[in-house]
Amino acid sequence: MAVDSVRPAWGLAAAGFLVGALVVGLAVGPVGIGAGAIVESALAHVPLLHVRSPLDGVQEAVLWQLRAPRVVLAALVGGMLAVAGSAYQGVFRNPLADPYLLGVAAGAGLGATLAIVYAAAGAGTEALVPLAAFVGAIASVVVTYALGRTAGAARATGALVLAGVTVATFMTAAQTFVQQQHAEVLQNVYAWLLGGFATSSWGDVAVAAPYVAVSSVVLVLHRRVLDVLSLGDDEAASLGIDVARTRLVIVVVATLGTAAAVAVSGLIAFVGIIVPHTIRLLVSTSYRAVVPLSLVAGAGFLVLADVLARTALSPAELPIGVVTAFFGAPFFAVVLRTSRTMR
Amino acid sequence: MIELRRVSVRFGGAPALRDLSLVVEPGAWVSLIGPNGAGKTSALRALAGLVPFEGEIVVDRRDVRALGRRELALLFAFVPQKPETPPELTVAEYVLLGRTPHIPYLGGERRADRLAAARALRRLDLERFAERSLGSLSGGELQRAVLARALAQEAPILLLDEPTTALDLGRAQLVLDLVDSLRGDGLTVVSTMHDLTLAGQYADRLVLLDRGAVVAAGGPAEVLSTATVAAHYGASVRVVEEDGAVFVLPVRR
Repeated sequence: MAVDSVRPAWGLAAAGFLVGALVVGLAVGPVGIGAGAIVESALAHVPLLHVRSPLDGVQEAVLWQLRAPRVVLAALVGGMLAVAGSAYQGVFRNPLADPYLLGVAAGAGLGATLAIVYAAAGAGTEALVPLAAFVGAIASVVVTYALGRTAGAARATGALVLAGVTVATFMTAAQTFVQQQHAEVLQNVYAWLLGGFATSSWGDVAVAAPYVAVSSVVLVLHRRVLDVLSLGDDEAASLGIDVARTRLVIVVVATLGTAAAVAVSGLIAFVGIIVPHTIRLLVSTSYRAVVPLSLVAGAGFLVLADVLARTALSPAELPIGVVTAFFGAPFFAVVLRTSRTMR
Repeated sequence: MIELRRVSVRFGGAPALRDLSLVVEPGAWVSLIGPNGAGKTSALRALAGLVPFEGEIVVDRRDVRALGRRELALLFAFVPQKPETPPELTVAEYVLLGRTPHIPYLGGERRADRLAAARALRRLDLERFAERSLGSLSGGELQRAVLARALAQEAPILLLDEPTTALDLGRAQLVLDLVDSLRGDGLTVVSTMHDLTLAGQYADRLVLLDRGAVVAAGGPAEVLSTATVAAHYGASVRVVEEDGAVFVLPVRR
């Protein structure tokens, strides 16, 4: 029986896509560096290989201090948003669930803004922002879910999204209020809010990576459980799953990762919709394929979106949220049209 | 052996099921019948551990309340009236989900699980549908896939909530024949049934519920009389007995 989780070919294709995206992300920029040189330079950093980097000092700095952290962070954030989107879709049994549409991102935004504005400057702010973002994100997802339920059955697709939009709007308003009150840090908040990787450093990578790693590992481990949840609460329970606890674990973990991603990258919409649904169309609707492939393909997708953000109006930069929304919104419309059959 | 002792189920104030006491012998088929809202489904859901109940349910001398979700799932396979069947899932994937109670929480299927799923597919003659999506199946095929999923669970007790509602007469008989043949493999069946004639022909014992309470129990000929059906269903019927089978025929008033 061909019930293997993911056919290896698709796993390889996704990995190839990610590697390609990383190379493009590293190669594209005002200082021209070829793909071959990137590989050689990377090998030169591996001890015991004795490969000599073909790049000069400036090129090395551009590649490893400017571009690499940016590309790695985009990959982390993209993978996280995509895998969280697929998990939310499974847990809420709603094809339109997405960190952004559920208000999770906006809540994280409010939390992060409060942390930036009120935290004592200096000491530990870097580490505080993701935590504050997490608190805001959890509050949002709880309110969204509760609100969506009061409007009808928990799986009414529209109700949950409307609730998410309501919560997101409120959180965004509160966030704007706080931000305008504190004009002195306005620029910090703004730069963060627009979303983007222009100022990314290895420090940002270090902040986000642990959360993203834990969250995505836990979500990928739940891929089969998400398939069981797709049978509905009663049947999942009669198959031995503690539905309430499982749902809680998945939501908390996905939200934790999303909050960390938002804290270092700002608000980036639609990645959690575009990537999982593309995989559903191409590969399989089973979460065993959707969850791990979303992680890998999402990483590659956001790296490429960031390349577009850097180059489309070069030398000016487009906020990356604009790029993802530009592709995501029409895609969302398509999913909305077909979602009747995607329950 | 399943024993229910004074089992009651309450939603808010009014009890949906009151003091149901029942013994189901291993290998038996007991059908719960009764008009809409009589408490049939509540009784079945209490057995499956899906609703809180008062009283006691004991299976092979084990109190089910002491069992965890997974242990319950190893005892009872539950088929709801309207099973959720994600249309894009293939039959094979779907049936394999029935192995969930045998698989560690974050683990994957092992060879034994694939073999069990393959057996269930073969048992219900679904092998050629294995790679088809659930959305492409007809009603009867879908019901067989759902049964295969329950069978792959390899639980000794099968709980069926209205297994034939969505099926035409021929498909309904086919499914009930299949369930009956599964009893030959040692399965105990508790079902709810709408169609009284079919209920009487397939179950060894009928339990008639009305407004949450048992009003009659026993063999089909004992329970299905013109008077009882009229009293509890508010229906005008004629009951015909022929060659040991009982037929409940509606008569226009």
